[in-house]
Amino acid sequence: MLTNEEVAQTIINQFGEAVSDFDDPYDLLTFSTTRDTILPLIAYLKDHPTYQVGFLTDITAVHYPDSAGKEFCVVYHLHSLINNFRLRIKVYLSADDIHIPTATSLFASANWMERETFDLFGVIFDGHPDLRRILNMEEMDYHPMRKEYPLEDATRHDKIDELFGR
Amino acid sequence: MVSEELDITNKNLPAEQGPVQYVNELTTLNLGPTHPATHGIFQNVLQMDGEKIVSGEQTIGYIHRAFEKIAERRPFYQITTLTDRMNYCSSPINNMGWHMTVEKLLGIEVPKRAQYIRVIMMELARLADHLICNGILGVDTGAFTGFLYIYQERENIYEIYEEICGARLTTNMGRIGGMERDLTPTAIRKIKELLERFPKVLREFENLFNRNRIFMDRVINVGSISAERALSYGFTGPNLRAAGVDYDVRVMNPYSSYQDFEFDIPVGQNGDTYDRFMVRNAEMWQSLRIIQQAMDNLPEGSYYADAPNYYLPPKQEVYKNMEALIYHFKIVMGEIDAPVGEVYHAVEGGNGELGFYLISDGGRTPYRLHFRRPCFIYYQAYPEMCKGLTLSDAIVIMSSMNVIAGELDA
Repeated sequence: MLTNEEVAQTIINQFGEAVSDFDDPYDLLTFSTTRDTILPLIAYLKDHPTYQVGFLTDITAVHYPDSAGKEFCVVYHLHSLINNFRLRIKVYLSADDIHIPTATSLFASANWMERETFDLFGVIFDGHPDLRRILNMEEMDYHPMRKEYPLEDATRHDKIDELFGR
Repeated sequence: MVSEELDITNKNLPAEQGPVQYVNELTTLNLGPTHPATHGIFQNVLQMDGEKIVSGEQTIGYIHRAFEKIAERRPFYQITTLTDRMNYCSSPINNMGWHMTVEKLLGIEVPKRAQYIRVIMMELARLADHLICNGILGVDTGAFTGFLYIYQERENIYEIYEEICGARLTTNMGRIGGMERDLTPTAIRKIKELLERFPKVLREFENLFNRNRIFMDRVINVGSISAERALSYGFTGPNLRAAGVDYDVRVMNPYSSYQDFEFDIPVGQNGDTYDRFMVRNAEMWQSLRIIQQAMDNLPEGSYYADAPNYYLPPKQEVYKNMEALIYHFKIVMGEIDAPVGEVYHAVEGGNGELGFYLISDGGRTPYRLHFRRPCFIYYQAYPEMCKGLTLSDAIVIMSSMNVIAGELDA
């Protein structure tokens, strides 16, 4: 069994300054990296003789409109089926420059996951073979999962939380 | 008599053009969006060279209902109804996966009895899911009989749901913290009856298909995918196991007391349609084993956790007990905040690893909720699996992959 500390230490030794914010919420190793490091990092974990993190579980993004310079967070969930070890890698991007390299060269499954993330958040995956909308229609000119698009009409006055004491 | 030489050249063609050239022109074939063979609404644009598929491209998103966005405005309890509608063939698995995610966030320990009831319900759901998948695979290969045989059993499983929660398709039997109610004597009787009757039906179904010459010709070596490609494409569940990888979330990351039960993970070898069919059949036997063990060892005790802030009180209590009424309102209206946290929880859904990625900022709704839908992730392998095969093979492959449109689009 791999422990979070052990894997974290190896990653720090290998990538040094480029990885940060190590944490393990609910026992899942979580850390951040930069967009220049993300692909070498995933490739390193994939080819590592012991870790063999060979399964991309999920790619998605989160929007934090209030944190300046780190508005978008692209989240990768990886899984080593050999060691039964999961980890989560985050890359924070600024809203002015939401480019990140694509992981399609490493995992075939990244294709649609990245298309979905692009569709819903507008994160641009550089080098993606087919970066088009996947769930929404082509004519849409906005990315609906961003926080500036509220689910309900923002001008409505009957659903304000304060009225209900929340 | 002058013998005339027989002239066999076609005089209508100019001499220099030679014999007629076969012009290799591709046909574009739209399969779907609404086609009886697509098992939901999605479009496959296939480029055909005669009968052979050269390439394919999919358009999905026809029933995209923005579940992730809706979830940002809903209290945790109300998100259950969104998960119902993803893989609607096995909604209890989705529901309970979501409940377990929230329980993980809140740190609620569910009593053993509730966990065992959940296991029973999830395995019944898996049976229903695999039944419909394999039955429809029979229909798509032209055999309606098997489907009719086993459809009755799915009906009986739905009757068990109905006995427990009153609903059949979009079930609402689980709660954050346990079950809505205990198993009634009628429900126990119905599950026991199912356990007695199901093996016979399943054996008959297997006898119809497993060594059926026509069926085997249609499915063996059709849509093969290697273990390596399957992993690269993010396959999970029976589709991955058919390719020979024994990855099962129930064994790797046990949840809801799955570690208490003895069961095997059936694996295939070639990753073709026949193996996917066989793996699903074999899994049904294992599900029966699990249900049998859970029924035999059903622990005594409470069927819900002592978590009044999150567990919706039983309806009978709400009518009689003031405290229960208050909590009922507080929970239904989402008055209670959740702790700050970030959870990923995965369950073994009917099609594979169904994951819930939940970020809570301490409010009453998730800050961000992402569903890892197995269908969405592995359906992109479909063109590769059909390449060079015929249209009728493409139908069979799609059927055996168990693509559910609700889960594909979410």
